[in-house]
Amino acid sequence: MSVSLFDEKLNSDAFLITTEIGPPKGTDTSEILHDIDMLKDKVDAINVTDHQSSVMRYPSIGGCLLVKERGGEPVLQMTCRDRNRLALQAELLFAYSRGVCNVLCLTGDSVDVGDHKEAKPVFDLDSVQLLRMARLLEGGTDMGGNELKGVPKFCLGSTVHPEADFVEPQLVKFDKKVAAGSQFFQTQGVFDPATLRRFMQYASQFNVKILAGIIVMASARMAKYMNDNVPGIIVPQAVIDELATAEKGKGLQKGIEIAARFIRSVKEENLAHGVHVMAVGNERIVPDILEAAEVSGIHA
Amino acid sequence: MIVAEAKNLTEIGKTIAPYGRILVLGCGTCVTVCGAGGEREVALLHDALRLMDMKAGNGKHVFLECTLKRQCDPEFLDVLEEKAANVDAVLSLGCGIGVQAVAERLPDLPVLPGVNTSFLGMAKEWGVWDERCAACGDCRLDETAGICPITRCTKGILNGPCAGTKNGRCEVSKEMDCAWVLIYQRLENMRQLETMRRYYPPRNFRAIPRPKRVLSKINAAGGGHE
Ligand code: SF4
Ligand code: SF4
Repeated sequence: MSVSLFDEKLNSDAFLITTEIGPPKGTDTSEILHDIDMLKDKVDAINVTDHQSSVMRYPSIGGCLLVKERGGEPVLQMTCRDRNRLALQAELLFAYSRGVCNVLCLTGDSVDVGDHKEAKPVFDLDSVQLLRMARLLEGGTDMGGNELKGVPKFCLGSTVHPEADFVEPQLVKFDKKVAAGSQFFQTQGVFDPATLRRFMQYASQFNVKILAGIIVMASARMAKYMNDNVPGIIVPQAVIDELATAEKGKGLQKGIEIAARFIRSVKEENLAHGVHVMAVGNERIVPDILEAAEVSGIHA
Repeated sequence: MIVAEAKNLTEIGKTIAPYGRILVLGCGTCVTVCGAGGEREVALLHDALRLMDMKAGNGKHVFLECTLKRQCDPEFLDVLEEKAANVDAVLSLGCGIGVQAVAERLPDLPVLPGVNTSFLGMAKEWGVWDERCAACGDCRLDETAGICPITRCTKGILNGPCAGTKNGRCEVSKEMDCAWVLIYQRLENMRQLETMRRYYPPRNFRAIPRPKRVLSKINAAGGGHE
C-alpha cells in the first residue's frame, strides 16, 4: 500500500516532476507560501530543503507542514549534519504523525560551507545509516532496540551524483543506498544527456526511480561561480558558453531555455523517470520552465 | 604523536600577568618533535617574555626554565618538587595532558597552558604535521585501506563519499584530499573494493566510562593481546 500520493506515483509509469523550495531566514512565511501556492498544482512533489548549504533557516519540517496545509505534496529533506540519532528518529516520528511521509535522506553539506562555520558538525549517522534507521522504525523498534508504540511508514529517497568527475565511488554509495531502502533518487544537477544515459543503464538493474536533477542557471557568471564554489557541481563549458551568448539581462531566459530543452530530452529519450528542478532562489520561474518544456506534473 | 601549536605571546602575557615567579616548563617528547614546547621553545619563549616585560617597563616577572623528558609520566615529575619550590605559577609547554599531569603533582600551584593541543598526527614532510587519528577507540583502518575516514573526511562519514567531492578534493577545501577518494583508490589497487561495498553501521559514541582508562597487560600472565 502506498504511504503517500507521491509514493503511489512512483509506482506508476508517470513522468515525475519535483522541485524544491527553501524556507525563510526568519519567521516571515509569506514568500514560501506564495511559492507553494504557485507550484503545488504543477509538480508531483515539493522538496523542502534542510538548512541548505548549511545556512540556518526555518526548519524543513515546518516548510513541509506549510506545503501540506496548502494542499501540496511535500518531501522532507533530512540531513545528518545537525541532529544526532535521537533527534533524527524523533523528527521522523513527528513527520509521520503529521502526514509527512516522503523523506529524502541526505548526509548534508559540511558546516564549513555555511553561515555558522563554528557550529559543531554532528554526522552521528550518514545518509545510508539514516535510510536504514527509517526502515528500522517501520519495523517497530528504534535504534536503541526499544519497541515503538505506533509505527511509522515512509516513502524514502536519496541523492546520487552521476556527473561526479570520479563516479565509481559514488556508484558504490548508490548501491548501498538502494540496499538500505531508498525507493527514489533525485540526482545532483546533470547537464550531459550521454552521462545520464550511461548512469541509467547502470541504475536499471535496480527497482528504483531516478529523477534527473535540473539546475537552472541565470548567467554564465553564476555557472562559473557554482563550478568554483558549490560542492560537487560541474557545469560543462558548452553550457557556460551558451549562457554567455544571451543578450544583457536575458541570462535567466537563456537558462530557462537550456533547462527546458534538457527536460524535454530526458522525457522524449527516456533518460530518467522524471526530473527534479532546482531553481536555486528563482523558484518563481519553475512554472515557466515546465511550460517551455511542455511537461506537467500532477497526473490523475 | 600529539601535535600542538604555541599560543601567541599576548595571550600568554595575559595568563601570567597575576604571577611573579614563573617556571616555564617544556616537555621532551611530542611537543619537542613538533617544535611547540621543547627545550628550544622554552628558551625562545623565555627570551620573548623577558623582552615583553622590559618593553612594558615593569620587569615584574622572574622566569625560570626547565624541560622534562615527559610531562605525562609521573616518573619524570619528581624533579618538580625542587624546580617548582619557589614559584607562583608554572607555564607548561606540554600538551593538555602534560599540563594536567603537572597540575595533579602540584596541588597548590596554578599550572597554565602555553600551547594549544591540536591533534594526533604525523610528520608529512619537514615542518608539516597532518592529523591522522581521532582516538575513536574502535579502529577500523583494516576496512578502510589504512586511511581513517573519521579523521580525514570532514564529516567523518563511514559509507563512502558525499556528493561534494570534486577533482579528488574535499568539498570544504581545494587543498584537502577527499578521504573517500583515497580509500577507494587504495582499495582498488589492492583489489579489495568489496570491503567498501559492505555496510558500515553507526559508530559507538558511548561516553561512559569517561575519562577512559587503559590497563597494561604486559605484567599479566601471557601479556599482550588475548
Ligand atoms: S578508526 Fe581512525 S580515529 Fe579510530 S582509532 Fe583508527 S585511526 Fe584513530
Ligand atoms: S568530499 Fe570527501 S572528505 Fe570531504 S566531506 Fe565529502 S566524503 Fe568527506
